[in-house]
Amino acid sequence: MIKVTALAKSYGNRPILSDVRAEFSSGHLTSLIGPNGAGKSTLLMLIARLLAPTSGIITIDGTDIASLAVGDYAKRVATLRQRPDCNMRLSVEELVTFGRFPHSRGRLTAEDRGAVNEAIAFLSLEPLRNALIDEISGGQRQMAFLAMTIAQETQCLLLDEPLNNLDMKHAVQIMQALRTLCDELGRTVIAVIHDINFAANYSDHIVAMKDGAVHAAGSVSEVVTESGLGELYGLDLEIVERQQGCLCNYFTQKGKTR
Amino acid sequence: MPSREVCLGVGRAAVKRATIPVAFTALCLVSLTVGVNRMSLMALASLSDEAWLTLTASRLPRLAALVLTGVGLATCGVILQHVVRNRFVEPATTGGLEAAKLGILVALSVAPASGALVRASLALGFCFAASLIYVALIGRLQVKNTILVPVIGLMYGSVLGAIAEFYAYSRNMLQSMQGWLLGDFSKIVEGNYEIVWLVLPVVCAAYAFAHRFTLLGMGSDVATSLGISYRAMVALGLLLVSTTVAATVVAVGAVPFVGLVVPNVVALRQGDNLARTLPSVALGGASLVLVCDILGRLLIYPFEVPIGLTMGGVGGLLFLLLIVRQRR
Repeated sequence: MIKVTALAKSYGNRPILSDVRAEFSSGHLTSLIGPNGAGKSTLLMLIARLLAPTSGIITIDGTDIASLAVGDYAKRVATLRQRPDCNMRLSVEELVTFGRFPHSRGRLTAEDRGAVNEAIAFLSLEPLRNALIDEISGGQRQMAFLAMTIAQETQCLLLDEPLNNLDMKHAVQIMQALRTLCDELGRTVIAVIHDINFAANYSDHIVAMKDGAVHAAGSVSEVVTESGLGELYGLDLEIVERQQGCLCNYFTQKGKTR
Repeated sequence: MPSREVCLGVGRAAVKRATIPVAFTALCLVSLTVGVNRMSLMALASLSDEAWLTLTASRLPRLAALVLTGVGLATCGVILQHVVRNRFVEPATTGGLEAAKLGILVALSVAPASGALVRASLALGFCFAASLIYVALIGRLQVKNTILVPVIGLMYGSVLGAIAEFYAYSRNMLQSMQGWLLGDFSKIVEGNYEIVWLVLPVVCAAYAFAHRFTLLGMGSDVATSLGISYRAMVALGLLLVSTTVAATVVAVGAVPFVGLVVPNVVALRQGDNLARTLPSVALGGASLVLVCDILGRLLIYPFEVPIGLTMGGVGGLLFLLLIVRQRR
């Protein structure tokens, strides 16, 4: 379990996060939602240790993450940033193999190769195995980076907008893959997700953020309500419950947006 | 039984893989046999003292210096490109070379009788400091664009070069500086080039850390997520680069373009995974230096054109071709 206590982050005098408290339970998929600039990505990068907090504590299974060595942390938590700006000429297979670096330190064992093959198969990337990542589409590259993160085989995965740039089919494929990771492999997934419908239909828990603080947190049914989301985004929403899942309709507004 | 196509494919791949090592070996042999002092294989076989002296005192040291310089410069070019995350940088375009120049000048003026080791140490120190400052400078850039990064490096290098020139001018060393700075292998004989062997441990270290340097090329976030202490690796990379620059500048002078052209050609053909491409980069660098040196020795035979000039011509042409190719 990852627990965030009294976390604050500011750049100079400008606070980005203040007094954030949240818990992310093991084996579950938690979505971070909220309007732009709410501090979702910053929170995720603080948990990933890619940013240092101004104050506050983040623990993983009771251990302060600041006390763990970089190499050890990489065996427990894998991070995929939004749009990794990487223009290197590597094949998809080579990229995914780098996901094994925390374990292999460059010397691949049979186990490492197995994990790479599994990650490639898991996201159906077999046809692209030898394609160069600077020559495939943005969505395919996103899938390749996700495969690298999965090959890292960590207990916890942090994903910043994994659905960015993806068409509907790829987006569904990734959300289903994340569900499988939680349900069958017991992984903990924390993802920043902008599409409220994906968040509502695939998550176990939702943490909604607004203005650098946690606005609401809880199970999907607790957070995804017309009044709650309306207040969070400043929009009129209609939530339609169907057999296959729920649908938040915010596309048409009665008046001008608030 | 594998089909004929598969056999042919495997054969072709083997030939392709063998191209660089075979070319490299051939160039080494040619380099040994070219020279004013005629040294036939017959004479060597008959154990003629003169032929053996020419071989061990001049030809072999020169070959070693050529190969080590080529291997070192190409390797440190590719490391710097991964550290800075830009394909158009090499020590000569990021101020490293000018800083090494300044280091040697300081060594020459403070302790004129000092040996190669003292000069190389000061060159290393200056080059390392200048590279750290350059990387910190680039890290602070808000807009990172492919052209801006090397252009800032060139400006930074010019400032350092101006300081070095002023220092040389004020101590009346300007002419001698231009003399030793132009890359030249013709003065290499046994006893005055050994400092260049420093390249060997550098290349071994580069190979040992190849995976980590590739990860640096993916950026600090990816590298950190995969368990690398980013700053320490950047410092190590710059230290390796500075050691190579210092050792080669002290032994043979500045040889341009090797660190720029060779890594780019290899990346186009084989990609950026250093664990796989470093051998090609190293041998490619050595081959390019050998070709330019042989050219320089033959062009106005029995005199020599310094390699700084031939490399400037050949390397510059290759670099232009690369740019034209990338545009298409």
